[in-house]
Amino acid sequence: MTVTERPGLGLRLLRLLGLPILLILAWWAFSVTSESFYVPTPPRVVQAFAETWFSPRLIDDALPSVARLLAGYALATVLGVGLGVPIGLSVRLRAAAEPVLEFFRAIPPPVLVPLIMLLAGIDNGMKILVIVSGCVWPILLNTVEGVRALDQVLSDTCRMYGVRGRSRLRHLVLRGASPQIMAGLRQALSVGIILMVISEMFASSSGLGFTIVLFQRGFAIPEMWSGILLLGLLGFGLSVIFRWMERRVLSWHWSHRA
Amino acid sequence: MTGSPGTRTVTAGSMTTKGAKAAYGLAGLAGLLALMEAVPRLGIVDERFLPPASEILGALAAELRTAALWTALGETLGGWALGLAIAFVAAVLAGVVIDLVPGLRAASHSTIEFLRPIPSVALIPLATLLFGASLGSTLLLVVYAAFWQVLIQVMYGVADVDTVADDTARSYGLSRWSRIRNVVWPTALPYIMTGLRLAASVAFILAITAELVVGSPGLGLEIQVAQSSGAVATMYGLVVLAGLIGIAVNLAVRVLERRVLAWHPSVRGEVAS
Repeated sequence: MTVTERPGLGLRLLRLLGLPILLILAWWAFSVTSESFYVPTPPRVVQAFAETWFSPRLIDDALPSVARLLAGYALATVLGVGLGVPIGLSVRLRAAAEPVLEFFRAIPPPVLVPLIMLLAGIDNGMKILVIVSGCVWPILLNTVEGVRALDQVLSDTCRMYGVRGRSRLRHLVLRGASPQIMAGLRQALSVGIILMVISEMFASSSGLGFTIVLFQRGFAIPEMWSGILLLGLLGFGLSVIFRWMERRVLSWHWSHRA
Repeated sequence: MTGSPGTRTVTAGSMTTKGAKAAYGLAGLAGLLALMEAVPRLGIVDERFLPPASEILGALAAELRTAALWTALGETLGGWALGLAIAFVAAVLAGVVIDLVPGLRAASHSTIEFLRPIPSVALIPLATLLFGASLGSTLLLVVYAAFWQVLIQVMYGVADVDTVADDTARSYGLSRWSRIRNVVWPTALPYIMTGLRLAASVAFILAITAELVVGSPGLGLEIQVAQSSGAVATMYGLVVLAGLIGIAVNLAVRVLERRVLAWHPSVRGEVAS
């Protein structure tokens, strides 16, 4: 890994696309030769993808799903960081809250779906609440952990220089804890996607999860695969955006360590 | 908590004894129970939707006396363990093969980075079609979710091998197999254990999810049945049980990690302090 010489464009393209193309070809060969009803050929899936998702469905089903995911995720971030900072700063509060928080984190988030359905009905609010209820724990616990492990020297320096109140919170506490907070946010993102899909599979008349299950029940196999593909692309896209954001937020951190 | 011991010598402050900490923890739990008891009793939330804590725990105790619950529990944990084991073995093998074959690491990077973030719940419809409400569905989801967690860690681990150590082993004429056994494996092991820990909790979530959504037998299905038959207190009780099992799963993997890595400086430091 110490060699910094960049390989040629051809080799890089081969590395990037070689294996994916091979895999798609293998799938193609398999779907053509096998009689299995469940495995459509790649062109059939691409066609179904275009027909299914480049249509009003994109606005009626996909966008609201993503909007709910982002709303729930944002709310969970505010809640998690907002509660995590005071808990992390106070030794007593942390000791009292830790077992409770560990318990809530250990509950598999999907079991909260039927529970929240009961409490909040089956509208938009319920789905957002489900996403919040799953995403908040990793963010909260990582914030607590990050704030707890603040550099003692930095914290003493801040006290010496009389940095307190809001600027202490911003420049010392949140900054110092941000690598941990980002780690929590990353975990929360994958939990959030899971919950977005499941909450719609449970009780819904729209959304990505609902539509995919609808296709599956109607044995619209290529359409179902196109839905799986769309969810995959969504997961991939969100993780790319997240990594880009993380690099921006933590640029000071990496440069500091390098 | 996770924690990096050794750095926490100063932060203890007024919380000197372990006893005080445990007392606070118990107080926190008691507070939660009191709150859960008071909110429905005072009518802030309808008792039909949120039964008091005593009723929830009572329902859980009643459930624990039925054979059906233990069967379901066995099924959930069986699916979890089997799926985790398959994913673990497959990921370790894949990681080692990717490391051994020259050029494969660079060639597989794009594929792995694309497949890894795909939420495994996207496979639920496929699992339903292929396996229906059975163990197969659970395994498909659990294996897919857990595989990537372990694989990534294995790949980090084998890349972390100290070149000096590797060169030394080479110049002493150690065979390839012996190098894997004595140089690569100990280096990668802490990473692999981290992967296993992450995979264990993800696998548990997905096992429950498969039961809840697809309807494979297990604890998730019991929760689903309790919900649709209006047994609210039982449903809450089972959710509490799921949380307790989640904690047990985390603890078990942590104990395993500690035993396997007893020789590793990070664990030895922890014991010494």
